[in-house]
Amino acid sequence: MENNLLSLIIFAPLAGAAINWFVGRRVRDERFIGVVACGSIAISTLVAFYLALGSGGALRSETPVLDHIWTWLHVGTFRADFALAMDRLSGTYALFVTFVGFLIHVFAVGYMHGETGFYRFFAFLNLFMFAMLTLILADNFVLMFVGWEGVGLCSYLLIGYYVDRKEAGDAAKKAFITNRIGDWGFVLGIMLTFFVTGSVSFFANPAVGEVAHTALSFFKNQPVDPFTAGAIIAGGATSIAVLLFIGAAGKSAQIPLYVWLPDAMAGPTPVSALIHAATMVTAGVYMIVRCSEIFVHAPTAMFIVAIIGAATALFAATIGLAQNDIKKVLAYSTISQLGYMFLACGVGAFIAAIFHVITHAFFKALLFLGSGSVIHGMHHEQDMRRMGGLKKYMPITFATMVTGWLAISGILPFAGFFSKDEILWKTWSASIPFSKLLWAVGALTALLTAVYMTRMMVMTFWGDERFRDQHAVKHVEPDAHHGPVVPHESPLVMTIPLIVLAVLSTIGGFIGVPYALSSIFADKDVNVIEHTLHPVVATVPSSEHAVAESHPEEPPVTTEHAPAATAAHATHSGEEISAERMLAGVSLLIAGLGIGAGWYLFKRRPLLQMPRLLENKYYVDEIYDAALIRPIEVGSREGLWKIFDMGVIDGILHSIGDLFTEAGRLARYLQAGFVRGYTAIILFGALILIGLFAFTWAFQVATQ
Amino acid sequence: MEPQLSWYLALSAVLFTIGVTGVIIKRNVIAMFMCIELMLNAVNLTFVAFASFFQDVVGQLFVFIVMTVAAAEAAVGLGIIIAIFRNRESLDVDDASILKL
Repeated sequence: MENNLLSLIIFAPLAGAAINWFVGRRVRDERFIGVVACGSIAISTLVAFYLALGSGGALRSETPVLDHIWTWLHVGTFRADFALAMDRLSGTYALFVTFVGFLIHVFAVGYMHGETGFYRFFAFLNLFMFAMLTLILADNFVLMFVGWEGVGLCSYLLIGYYVDRKEAGDAAKKAFITNRIGDWGFVLGIMLTFFVTGSVSFFANPAVGEVAHTALSFFKNQPVDPFTAGAIIAGGATSIAVLLFIGAAGKSAQIPLYVWLPDAMAGPTPVSALIHAATMVTAGVYMIVRCSEIFVHAPTAMFIVAIIGAATALFAATIGLAQNDIKKVLAYSTISQLGYMFLACGVGAFIAAIFHVITHAFFKALLFLGSGSVIHGMHHEQDMRRMGGLKKYMPITFATMVTGWLAISGILPFAGFFSKDEILWKTWSASIPFSKLLWAVGALTALLTAVYMTRMMVMTFWGDERFRDQHAVKHVEPDAHHGPVVPHESPLVMTIPLIVLAVLSTIGGFIGVPYALSSIFADKDVNVIEHTLHPVVATVPSSEHAVAESHPEEPPVTTEHAPAATAAHATHSGEEISAERMLAGVSLLIAGLGIGAGWYLFKRRPLLQMPRLLENKYYVDEIYDAALIRPIEVGSREGLWKIFDMGVIDGILHSIGDLFTEAGRLARYLQAGFVRGYTAIILFGALILIGLFAFTWAFQVATQ
Repeated sequence: MEPQLSWYLALSAVLFTIGVTGVIIKRNVIAMFMCIELMLNAVNLTFVAFASFFQDVVGQLFVFIVMTVAAAEAAVGLGIIIAIFRNRESLDVDDASILKL
């Protein structure tokens, strides 16, 4: 189905960015800039909701909504169009990205009030939305990569927004360079995809007469790669999947490429909320789910994804436990939650991953915006050691952040519980090696998540009002221009988005209530997200179940496009439901335990000294510095520059120059300046020529 | 005995050789100049001889062109000689040898 409205979703923010950049910088009226920025996103949001949920919308039909804008590259059999496609997956993504994006834009109008770069900030923010929506709605890998790079660029621009702060510029560069490493994998993955499948498209596009197979449908009838390490370099689905995962790991901050995300908090808080929590960093998850058809044919790659995801989740959670900067806590929490999503992808629970992306977007955007509200109210104080007792001063921020806290911890009715529980259950029941161990890591992470979020809440909102006391923490230098501050509640333009997100964080989980829980009340499957996404997400082929002897009770997962409701329903066996209910109870218990532990540990002693190793982030930055950055710097300076560049390159050039100088020195003896000498040379030459002619003539005569 | 073509060619060759030799051994600019004119006229003689031999007027046309060029060359050349003499008060070509590296 072709619908040209689709392009409005991406071009409205682009227009907003252009207007703010060219007109806003002259007008410099915050109201004008704010209206343009939020209005353009509002248009996107409305169009996205209309196209996704309206009659015949993308989320209701089997076929995607397509919009072929122009043919971009068409060389031989290679074809990459500037074309958009909204299917059930990209539609779901577009919905929450536009909506959460809109709320964050509104919040930012309040947060950025009085900044000199107001127009610049909103131009970049709109440009980011353009790139993000291009990434989501692209109908082929190449256009997706355009969006992928676009969000990277905007991330760079917005992290470095405070141009007068060196750490912001350094963080921006770090983010950009780390992402390059991932992009290297992504580009190679795209190339290998084209090499193997002969296409880079996700969808067959009848509007341009493309009826051949697409990059994804190619794999439908392919055999599954063997579950061996050798498959990684075999050049098949596993190689593609691993390369794509490298790209995803860069964008979504997974081990070992996560180091840029905590530093990215140098940007303004709405940027952290929009780009580094809710949308951009989940692009890697989106890409993997988009390519789920490739991944299910690559069990080795899936296993790698699961291991990395689980490791990242646990690793980041432990670091988050010991951070004192409120945004750093949230940054490590984001990395940890992204690890969860990759764990879900790795065990084949792609829908659960997307579900967690959505709920995470709600509650993490809420927490970030809430922390932004706190920072705003505290006059740009980010150190939690100098907060405390804020619930009296900032009641709305406090109330909304409590919902975010309960949501991320996984308390029952809140959004985070359902998505996190779904991931843990799918991990437990996955038919891959060490699935129980992965579950244990996930559960431990859930416990730590509850603990560090409780610590953050307690340090910020409960306890003594430490912001009056200049010397609460001895080694923090009292800042002259900060002085003792009285916190204040943020204006309505900031609290209303908080309230909306708090509501979503509370009820957002009900789009994905698993059958095992809903059947307690009524024998009816209400797992909306499962039904919506099931047709577009690949399922792990049943042949793999033969490997899993440990799970004979595992039901065969149907790969046909049977009606999702019956397909999902058929898998509910009695013992499985009771197991899932039990695990839900366990994760609820874990969440409660974590909050209790956090409360017990930090309520009395909010400044409790955390282990140095954690506080210093396992010294990963220092290790990277010593192991990678220093050797590269030294090698570049001493080896590449002093030996190779100055020795070899310059040496070759200088030798060539010297050669001509020497040749000239010899040739100039011919030029003595005496006219008669020249004449003699001319005569000599003429004689040689005449002699030559005479000789050849004589030779011809003689041979005839 | 009828004059043969080869006589003219031989005379021309002798004149040309005298001219070349003169250009090389003479140091006086004017003498060199005269030798150049001698070479030109040796060539002219060849042209005319061949034109007569082949009954073709093109050879004679070339002679006119050569004479025109020689006239122009004489004008420019003498101008240069006068300029050199004014500058150096010498007509010896070996004195005018600073055009070198």
